[in-house]
Amino acid sequence: MTTLSTGRRPARRRGGSAPFVLVAPAVVLLVTFLLVPIGYTVYLSLRAARVTGGGLGRRVEQFVGLENYRGVLTDSAYLDGVVRMLGYGAVVVPVMLGLALLFALLLDTPRVRLTRTTRIGIFLPYAVPGVIASLLWGFMYLPSVSPIRAVLESVNLPAPDFLGPSTVFFSIANIGVWGGVGFNMIVLFTALRGIPGEMYDAARVDGASEIQIALRVKIPLIAPALVMTGIFSIIATLQVFSEPAVIQPLSDSIPSTWVPLMTIYRDAFVNSDIHTAAAASVVLALGTLALSIVVLTVLQRRAFRSDQ
Amino acid sequence: MSRSRLLPTAILVLGALYCVGPVLWVAIASTKGPTELFTTFSFWPSFEGGFWYNLTHLLRYQDGIYLRWALNSLLYAGVGSVLSVAVSVLAGYALAKYRFPGRNVLFYVILAGVLVPQITLAVPQYLLISELGLVNSYWSVLLPSIISPYGIYLARIYATAVVSDELLEAGRIDGAGEYRLAWSVGLPPMLPGMVTLLLLQFVAIWNNFLLPYIMISDGDRFPMTVGLFTMLNVSTSQPVLYSLVVMGVFLSVLPLIALFLFLQRFWRIDMISGGLKG
Repeated sequence: MTTLSTGRRPARRRGGSAPFVLVAPAVVLLVTFLLVPIGYTVYLSLRAARVTGGGLGRRVEQFVGLENYRGVLTDSAYLDGVVRMLGYGAVVVPVMLGLALLFALLLDTPRVRLTRTTRIGIFLPYAVPGVIASLLWGFMYLPSVSPIRAVLESVNLPAPDFLGPSTVFFSIANIGVWGGVGFNMIVLFTALRGIPGEMYDAARVDGASEIQIALRVKIPLIAPALVMTGIFSIIATLQVFSEPAVIQPLSDSIPSTWVPLMTIYRDAFVNSDIHTAAAASVVLALGTLALSIVVLTVLQRRAFRSDQ
Repeated sequence: MSRSRLLPTAILVLGALYCVGPVLWVAIASTKGPTELFTTFSFWPSFEGGFWYNLTHLLRYQDGIYLRWALNSLLYAGVGSVLSVAVSVLAGYALAKYRFPGRNVLFYVILAGVLVPQITLAVPQYLLISELGLVNSYWSVLLPSIISPYGIYLARIYATAVVSDELLEAGRIDGAGEYRLAWSVGLPPMLPGMVTLLLLQFVAIWNNFLLPYIMISDGDRFPMTVGLFTMLNVSTSQPVLYSLVVMGVFLSVLPLIALFLFLQRFWRIDMISGGLKG
């Protein structure tokens, strides 16, 4: 992926103060809303409120080292949330990207019909905010109004309980897939469209089928786009919050620690324990960063190998 | 139709049904009054005046707060995305076309910003905003929305690809100032990319939930997402409100769908897919 390098032709060092003036607004905002919050979170995560003087003592904030981190990393509810979040990503990312890739390849296949209509249809959920999507699917799942239930019951089939303890995970994962598949499909489709048609001519002359062309020619050529969509999908699934938060009032099976961000929200705003929330935020951010870098490195290496 | 055409078309149609289905259902459900919603067949609209009932009651709910939420969303997403694109394009252009001290550091900070989920910063951003005394103000949502590391990153790739070094050089030889060059040589070819950035950022802010949910406690300043969420929470104890929530959800998806259908020809998705040769 050449996009991460510093550009085709090194810019010259000139322009006097212009570059500094141009980046100044971005730098001020990055420092204020990215670096300062990160620093402040780390600072808060190393402190805790303590009651001193016994009995009716005062609450005093003090430095406690890594104690909050120990607390977070031994909190089984938080760790369950982390495992659930990873499981969520492991289900949503492959299913979503797999479907997006399948649809993009089908749209790019010659002589397939209805491509314009179906393309707009599949892209539609991108225009629906995550919270609204969750509300929509909440209605799909809610026994009293669920159209899926209505259809199944009208043909005398047992309707599953979409909000039960064993199914709610997949019900929420479905919302994630639904919301992301269209956008990723468009990104991959655009990448496919960028491939010059001559690339396929040789394969067609050799009598390769459309499926062989898709697997052997198209997918390797759009590997960089797959890496990008993969990374952003992973980051997005690690931020899962609004879907379970919206479904929570409809289901008894979602504790307030369902995913790490929900735990962080509860600690910070319900329990007013800002220090534990800060430590949990740092753990989550570092974990995401590490995972993205690992995935980026692994995928990039693979993408480059297929380039050669 | 031969089999080789039928199967791909059938798969695409199934995919489209899956994606459109829930939106279609909510359009149908919005025609049903509070009692019909729970009693009539799901995929058949009602013509008993339920649509009108839902619409008028939703618009009257809490003195017309729904329209306020809509206007707030428009304000957050509209103002936020315009400012965000301006900041991103200036920075992206400078990063692409100048070499200056601190450039690499800045670029790594931006990359880290892309990779660290913004949302994990929501709690510290809340603390910072409350230090500034801005909690529960429009600024508390607008200011953090302006900075988009991903937007800067895309703007930089785009500027590298489309702004001509030769033209910049020629302008310099003619003695044009750097700001004039940025305005007259740099900006025009970047306009199509800016439309895409604007749309991406508009959708990101419009869809944002956690940030306004944390920052805003006053219902009058909620965006649509937080407003409908609180309304759903109320309706679990007052089921008569469900049909209003359904109507609210239906109306809320219309503007973005319209925006996309209108702007789709201006999309430059190849910015995201890596199709631009930088």
